[in-house]
Amino acid sequence: MAQPKPDTIFAPWDDPTAKPLIQFKNVTKRFGDFTAIDNLTLDIYAQEFFALLGPSGCGKTTLMRMLGGFETPTEGHIFLDGVDIGPVPPNERPVNMMFQSYALFPHLTVWDNIAFGLKRSDMPKDEIGDRVEKMLKLTQLGKFAKRKPHQISGGQRQRVALARSLAKAPKLLLLDEPLGALDKKLRHETQFELMDIQETTGTTFVIVTHDQEEAMTVASRVAVMVDGTLSQVATPDQIYEAPNSTYVADFIGDVNLIEGVIEVPEKGAAKDAVSIRWSSTETPINATSDLGLAAAATVHFAIRPEKVSISTEKPEADNVMSGKILDIAYLGNISTYHVEVAPGLIIKAQATNVRRMSRRNLTWEDHVYLSWTDTAGVVLTS
Amino acid sequence: MNWRARLLIFVPYAWLLVFFLVPFGIVLKISLSDIALAIPPYVPTMKDGFWTMITGLDLENYAFIGAGAVFATFALIVLAVGMFQILYPRVRRALIPDARYGIFDSAAVALTALAVAVVNIAVLVAVLSFLFPILSDFVNIPDFLYFAAYLSSLKIALISTFLTLLIGYPIAYGMARSAEHWRPTLLMLVILPFWTSFLIRVYAWMGILSTEGYLNQLLLNIGIISDPLVILNTNVAVYIGIVYTYLPFMVLPIYAALDKMDDSLVEAAEDLGCTTLSAFWLVTAPLSKPGVIAGCFLVFIPTLGEFVIPSLLGGSNTLMIGKVLWEEFFNNRDWPVASAVAVILLLILIIPIVLFQRNQQGDES
Repeated sequence: MAQPKPDTIFAPWDDPTAKPLIQFKNVTKRFGDFTAIDNLTLDIYAQEFFALLGPSGCGKTTLMRMLGGFETPTEGHIFLDGVDIGPVPPNERPVNMMFQSYALFPHLTVWDNIAFGLKRSDMPKDEIGDRVEKMLKLTQLGKFAKRKPHQISGGQRQRVALARSLAKAPKLLLLDEPLGALDKKLRHETQFELMDIQETTGTTFVIVTHDQEEAMTVASRVAVMVDGTLSQVATPDQIYEAPNSTYVADFIGDVNLIEGVIEVPEKGAAKDAVSIRWSSTETPINATSDLGLAAAATVHFAIRPEKVSISTEKPEADNVMSGKILDIAYLGNISTYHVEVAPGLIIKAQATNVRRMSRRNLTWEDHVYLSWTDTAGVVLTS
Repeated sequence: MNWRARLLIFVPYAWLLVFFLVPFGIVLKISLSDIALAIPPYVPTMKDGFWTMITGLDLENYAFIGAGAVFATFALIVLAVGMFQILYPRVRRALIPDARYGIFDSAAVALTALAVAVVNIAVLVAVLSFLFPILSDFVNIPDFLYFAAYLSSLKIALISTFLTLLIGYPIAYGMARSAEHWRPTLLMLVILPFWTSFLIRVYAWMGILSTEGYLNQLLLNIGIISDPLVILNTNVAVYIGIVYTYLPFMVLPIYAALDKMDDSLVEAAEDLGCTTLSAFWLVTAPLSKPGVIAGCFLVFIPTLGEFVIPSLLGGSNTLMIGKVLWEEFFNNRDWPVASAVAVILLLILIIPIVLFQRNQQGDES
């Protein structure tokens, strides 16, 4: 997806001259027989908000703990600013971590928690006070400076943890499921706060999360991990619109996956046009792909439900299918219709509920038409 | 509804009354009686009639064992500790230079604190010297044995508590840091000695520590020593016995405190620039403090009145109040003096027991 971009957009990963802040080079980590990270190579650039996304047990936390210095790679090297940080202990790395449990010191006040790292550095005493005040202001915790961690709420604790890890102005901040313990509403607010703070401080953030929505919201780039390897590393929109595998397509958001075989192209068809035969009786799906697929190759056609239109009258479109509504999931702002287009094949279509309930005319068992353009979906080979 | 709650509370109170207050009342009465060649070996008894018995009671035994001196000493210790607790943080705060105030302000605060301390001590000394004619009678000790035994018990209890902490903390720390699947086994090993009688285990130490015992034979065979070490029947043997016996009481509360601690706290401390050692002092040690205090009291309180270990492992010059009490009761058949010794011991123990209770409550909140 090499789209032309204005110069102001932050995208050092597209710039071949940019020097990455962090480089993983063929890193492998094993715990006994179990391989947590398998020969992984990755570049992360300065000032990025980088999200590691994956199901639990995919190795994302191990990757982060290696950056923090709590695990050492079994093979390969990790470079920070060009320096191999493998042998550097955690207390000497210019890296700070915000722990999933927040790990606030229960015997110290909020003020002392934030000052903890500064007191261990060679910063003069009067500057420590100023720095702590600044951090309290940044995270709006001024009123709670004298309280102990058990005397404040979960959201405030989260901010103390953030302030404490930012206080030493690290080159790299690691956030391990930072919003996992917050309720949904607070989590959304805090996501934007995190982005603001990341922009104000200009620190590179690496966040580990299993919540795809969170990763999409905050990150400049998202890495989808599975079984210790990276499936795809790209910007949130690329990950969503142009997934490189059925795994990524299925993991991020909702998707319809249709398995089929590439047809021999008709004469005079566009070079990137492909048609996929998914059933012996139905018309093939028309799509585009620049993968140069040979005829008879088995592929998956992936299309997001919101790109499928639903109507009661047959529309003019590149792809039209007819079917019967099996189920309707009403989510308030949108509804998802489960439409059976062929025995055993159910396609999900999403429609925005622009009208009120009583004015809508689609209901269970209705015969409907589904349609989409030839560029709406992606053809995937793996 | 209310009577149910009362009934529920009545059960422990009845227990306390029957098994503690009534026996204590009997011991207290005996301690106020006089020794006699009779059965039971004291007068007056209920046989003399209730009123004669009450009027026949006196504090002679307490005067004999020097209860006044014992109390004066403990009062002084408590006073000194209290004074230290009040003064120490102030002096410390004054001595740490603060950027907001100049060195002269700090010095002024320090001097004021010291001046207050000096004035306090002066006032105390004045009051004491004014009361001296009364007090000198009060603290007069006819038989120094009991006073010395109380002090020696206190010394042995303090030293062995410290030694138990020194050995118990690393054990508890190692247990808490061991792999998850090992912990139940390790915990089991700590509790395992309770499966045999305490008396048998202390007897076993006699076999180990005596001049012909296993320890000496081993050391002689290896060739580290040429003459057998004399350990049994000395205070060293008493310390070994106490540390061995009470180690689980120290290990378990410290282990509980360390086990409760979130491992990521130490990682966070290291992440923020602590070395392994400073992370221990700044995070692990303060968080295990309630466990350490609980363990220390659990060792100190029973050790103070310990009788079996000093009488089996200790020598003739091991002086402990529990042993004195035993000898007074069974060798001298002086029930009144033995009772007085027991009553004073109990009153002394109330202070650490109350402190222990407060520590436990503070831990819960």
